[in-house]
Amino acid sequence: MSSPDRAETAAAGVVPAVSPTDGLAPPMGSRLGDGLARALQRLLVAAFFVYIVAFLLLPSAEVLVGAFRGEHGLTLRYVRELLTQRYATAFANSVELSLVTALIGGVCGLAIAYLAVSPRSPHWLRTAVTSFSGVAANFAGVPLAFAFVSTLGTMGLLTLWLQRMGFDLYATGFSLFSFSGLAVTYLYFQIPLMVIIISPAVQALRREWREAARNLGATPWQYWRYVGLPILMPSTLAAMVLLFGNAFAAYATPYALTSGNIALVPIEIGNVLSGNVMSSPQLGKALALGMIAVMALAMGAYALLQRRISRWQR
Amino acid sequence: MSQNEQQRGRRAFLKMGVYTLGAGALGGLLPGLGSRAMAAGTDEALIKAARHEGRLNVIALPPNWANYGEIIPAFHHKYGLRVTSASPNASSAEELQAIRTLKGQSRAPDVVDVGPSFALIGQKEGLFVPYKVPTWDSIPEGMKDPEGHWYGDYFGVISFGVNTRVVKHVPHSWDDLKRPEYKGQIALNGNPLRAGAAFGAVWAAALGNGGSLDDITPGIEFFADLAKRGNYIPIAARPATLESGQTPITVDWDYLNLAYRKKFKGRVAIDVRIPETGVFGNYYCQAVSRFAPNPSAARLWQDFIYSDEGQLLYLKGYAHPARFNDMVARGVIPESLMAELPPSEPYKNVRFPNAEQTKKAQDTVGKLWQKMVRT
Repeated sequence: MSSPDRAETAAAGVVPAVSPTDGLAPPMGSRLGDGLARALQRLLVAAFFVYIVAFLLLPSAEVLVGAFRGEHGLTLRYVRELLTQRYATAFANSVELSLVTALIGGVCGLAIAYLAVSPRSPHWLRTAVTSFSGVAANFAGVPLAFAFVSTLGTMGLLTLWLQRMGFDLYATGFSLFSFSGLAVTYLYFQIPLMVIIISPAVQALRREWREAARNLGATPWQYWRYVGLPILMPSTLAAMVLLFGNAFAAYATPYALTSGNIALVPIEIGNVLSGNVMSSPQLGKALALGMIAVMALAMGAYALLQRRISRWQR
Repeated sequence: MSQNEQQRGRRAFLKMGVYTLGAGALGGLLPGLGSRAMAAGTDEALIKAARHEGRLNVIALPPNWANYGEIIPAFHHKYGLRVTSASPNASSAEELQAIRTLKGQSRAPDVVDVGPSFALIGQKEGLFVPYKVPTWDSIPEGMKDPEGHWYGDYFGVISFGVNTRVVKHVPHSWDDLKRPEYKGQIALNGNPLRAGAAFGAVWAAALGNGGSLDDITPGIEFFADLAKRGNYIPIAARPATLESGQTPITVDWDYLNLAYRKKFKGRVAIDVRIPETGVFGNYYCQAVSRFAPNPSAARLWQDFIYSDEGQLLYLKGYAHPARFNDMVARGVIPESLMAELPPSEPYKNVRFPNAEQTKKAQDTVGKLWQKMVRT
């Protein structure tokens, strides 16, 4: 869209300038505007790169170097410590929790988005779902944890109601302060986040495709299997990677809820980096390096999957 | 922004007036005290040098913690130095980091208030400069570096803060906590590997259950047992959770629980108990930064908070000052202040760990806590 536009204005700027008979003012003006636009564009691109360097590359480099730097020069001590049972458990827990909530959140979010924003659904439903999602996706951290404690905690409102109705939730083995409790709490912000980021893709599904499929004799199942899902799959996967990262980095919610009784990587980093009990900045950096590695793996897996899935699109 | 700052300034100014009144009243209670403390502490040259610098940078001093909300304005009022208080809720680790990274800048911290293990790290890295306050000799031996790189300013012991609206029978001992009636009611203020009070609580439980300063394992076993019974809930306790009853029994430092008792007065009755056995204490340490932009003001601040006047201000915030025993012996603590504290009996048994024991306990908790304490 934008490149032909730019070519056009560039031509308009150059051609009249060589003809001396035309008035000079308009071409001068457009050339000036053109130059300004280009300068602005370069400035913005430069600003973006400065931003990337300052907030992504430099911190990553600092983490990378810091993870290998001990008191007396280079050392593998801290990275090796990641392999001890304690930190290996933290990584396993973090990956499992992120994976589970990204999958459940992704599937539920996609279904809700389809039901709410498809052209056939009523307008009020769409407004309600999108505005609720906007709020809920950003409701995280300590307030969310305490909201869940007062709803589903041992003394929570819902827990007590269920108890009065003769159903003891905690007798079933459920605990808000366990892995499943954390997963439920995470889903509170994962599902709405999925709804927000997948809605544009769902809206882009054209009614004509479904009609065309039906005219050619496809069943609804066949339409979804061969048309709907393949189209949605790349964006769904991308959204799930985002959800994975979102859960992987969550810190305040699990800390307020479990005080770190379930080992998670961000909590372990907090313990060694900014606590009042221990201090080992290098170990913190080694843990952060591990997080970067896991995220890089997730992105790599996403890229591979997407290439396979979207092959037919080319 | 600037209007905001102005407002903040005005609010601080109003508050300061109130604090000044309070400090004045305290002085009135103790005739002659102010001048006695001054006699020990006055070094006209130091005061002059500090006044010349005109300001002091402090860090990690929360206003609602150990009465810093009153101590800072009192210092400001007394010497006329402008005190800049940065990140009140920062941790000890972040304080040391601030010294390292702000080196050479005018906003670098002049003094820090850190846990003992961090005081040792700072000393080892050469972040502190030794300084001995005039009242140096009355600081207990176990609480100071012989060269004066750091020294304890106040201490607390682990206590039970109990919301009596929810809890009918107030627990007296660690053993009491195991009763079925406390199901889902007992909380720490965070993770023992991160929050100093939670770590202290585990150690106190160890002392009360056959452990020692060299062996914290019985404390971990105790909480594992509480978790199995469903009594321990891992919610990170906050003042609001104690008040609302979400964490009706909060195991925390005595000075915090006592401050909450005062704060919630008239709304919720909080009972504060020091467990009969297993009295674990820990102190914070003051240290002067080697890279202090206002070195004289930093020393004047130390003189102030280690004077009788400064130490009494800690006690007013329910934190036991380092020179508590000395001041009791000299009879300079007002009756009204003593009356607000819990019975002094359990404090006689208080045990403080040394650096080596702390390191060992950290390793043990790191290895065992998540494995054994299952909720």
